[in-house]
Amino acid sequence: MSIKEIQEEIVDEFSMFEDWMQRYEYMIELGKSLPMIKEQYKTEDNIIKGCQSKVWVHAELEGDKLVFTADSDAIITKGIIAILIRAFSNQKPKDIIDADTSFIDEIGLKEHLSPTRANGLVSMIKQLKLYAVAYQTQLN
Amino acid sequence: MNRKVNGYPLVYLDNAATSQTPQKVIDAIVDYYSRYNANIHRGVHTLSQEATDIYEQARQKIQKHFNAAKRHEIIFTSGTTHGINLVANGFAAFLKKGDEIIVSALEHHSNIVPWQMLCERTGAVLKVIPMGLEGKLIMEEYHKLLSHRTKLVFCNHVSNALGTVNPIQEIIEAAHKMGAAVLIDGAQAAPHIKADVQKLDVDFYVVSAHKMCGPTGVGMLYGKEEWLNKLPPYQGGGEMIAEVSFEKTTYAELPHKFEAGTPNICGGIAFGAALDYMNAIGFEAIAQYEHELLEYATKELLAIDGLKIYGDLKEKTAVISFNIEGLHPYDIGSILDKLGVAVRTGHHCAQPIMDFYKIPGTVRASFSFYNTKEEVDILVASVRRAKTMLS
Repeated sequence: MSIKEIQEEIVDEFSMFEDWMQRYEYMIELGKSLPMIKEQYKTEDNIIKGCQSKVWVHAELEGDKLVFTADSDAIITKGIIAILIRAFSNQKPKDIIDADTSFIDEIGLKEHLSPTRANGLVSMIKQLKLYAVAYQTQLN
Repeated sequence: MNRKVNGYPLVYLDNAATSQTPQKVIDAIVDYYSRYNANIHRGVHTLSQEATDIYEQARQKIQKHFNAAKRHEIIFTSGTTHGINLVANGFAAFLKKGDEIIVSALEHHSNIVPWQMLCERTGAVLKVIPMGLEGKLIMEEYHKLLSHRTKLVFCNHVSNALGTVNPIQEIIEAAHKMGAAVLIDGAQAAPHIKADVQKLDVDFYVVSAHKMCGPTGVGMLYGKEEWLNKLPPYQGGGEMIAEVSFEKTTYAELPHKFEAGTPNICGGIAFGAALDYMNAIGFEAIAQYEHELLEYATKELLAIDGLKIYGDLKEKTAVISFNIEGLHPYDIGSILDKLGVAVRTGHHCAQPIMDFYKIPGTVRASFSFYNTKEEVDILVASVRRAKTMLS
C-alpha cells in the first residue's frame, strides 16, 4: 500500500471513535503493539528532541525501502509513533520525503494533544523525513 | 476562573507554576489603564504624578509585606529569574579565582545556570549542598562546604519540584559566620509563607508576582541597603542615572539604580493589589487551609495502589509530586488534562532532582487557598481513571 492509502485507512479507523476516550484507548493499544527497537539502538544519538517523554527512532534500508523501529518510555507517545511508523515505514525514502502529513490533523491528534506533545509529534515527523533524506542521498 | 476544559469543569492544580488572578487584581489592572496610564517619575502632569504615587505605594505594600527596613530596598524586577541574574551579575565584581559559591541540590534550573555563568566568568567554584532521599538538604554537608572562601550561598526557600521547606534560617546564620552573603529564592514560598526579611537577616530575597495572585512579568528583589549600594547596576538606561555626560555618568539613588527604563508600572501596581488581597485573607488562614487540603489529598492519593509521593511529607507546602509504578508521568498528565484537571508533568526545571530519584519526571499537583476538597476528589478520581486506562 502507498503511504496515502495507509493514511486513509488510519483516518477511517479513527472516524469510528465517538470520543477522546476511545481514541486514547486505541492509541494506548497501538502503543503496546509497537515493534520494539533493538536495545543497541536506544542510544542518546537516536533520541528525538522536543518530546517531554523519551523517543528513540532507528532507520535501516531493506532493499530500496526504509524501515523504522522506535520506542518511547511513555505509552501514549508510543501509540503516536506506532501510527507514524505504520504510515511511513517500509516505504521508499523518496515517497517518505514527498508524503503529506495532514492526516494527523484529520484523526484529531494534533488538535487533541497538548501543545508540547504536538511539538513532539512535529519533531517525530521531521526526524522520519530527515532519515529519508539521508538515505535517499545514499541511494543516489 | 470558571471555564470548561475538554467538556469538563476546570480543576486548576498548577498553582506552583502560576496562580489564578483574583477579580480585585484584574480590576486594579483595568483601573490603571482606564484612569492613570502614564509614565512615572518624570512627568510634571497630574496623570504622571498619580501613576507615580500608586506605583510607589505598591512598593511600600511590598516593603511592609516582607518587612523590609527601607522602601528603597525593594527593587521591582520582571520576576524571580531577573532578580537572581541581577545579583549574580553584580557579584562578578566581587569574586576572584578560587572563591566559592554554594547552591542547593533542590534548585530550579534558573537557580543553577546564572551561577555557572558567573563561575565561568570569574573562576569561582560552584559547590552543591546534596539532598537526601526524603527530599531534604543534608545540612551536615552544608556546614562542611562552608569556609572563608565561600562568598555567596544560594538556596530556595521552598523547592518547586517537591514543595520541601528548606531550613533557611540555619543556612543564613551559618553563611554569615563565614562572611558570605545569602540570596534566597522565595518564588515558591511567597504564596504560602510570609517571609520577614529582617528577622531572617537575609541579604537578598526574590519573588515573582504571578505565583501569588499577581500578574506575570513582575517580581521583586529585596536587598539589604549596604549590598544594593555595593552592587553595580545591571542594565543601563533611563531612570537609573543621576547625571549623564559623555565622560561620566553618575547612577541614581536606590531603588532607581536597578530599574533602568520604563518599568512594568501596571504590573507593579497589580502586584500591590495582589498582596492586599492575600493579606486580607491572611497568611495564617491560608497556611492552615492549604495544610488541610494537602493532608486530605495526600491521604486520598496514597490510597491508590502503586502511587509514590516524592519528598518529605511534613515540612512542605501544598505540593504533591508523585508517580504511579509502571506508568510515565506524561501519560498520566495527558489523561488528566483530557479530564479537565490541570497538573504539571515533567522534570519541573529541576533535572538534578529527577536524576537523583532516577525518574524521568513526576506529576505535580500544587494547591492554592482557592482549591477545594471537591477538587481534590476530582483529582483522585481522575488519577484512578488514568491508571485504569493506562495499565
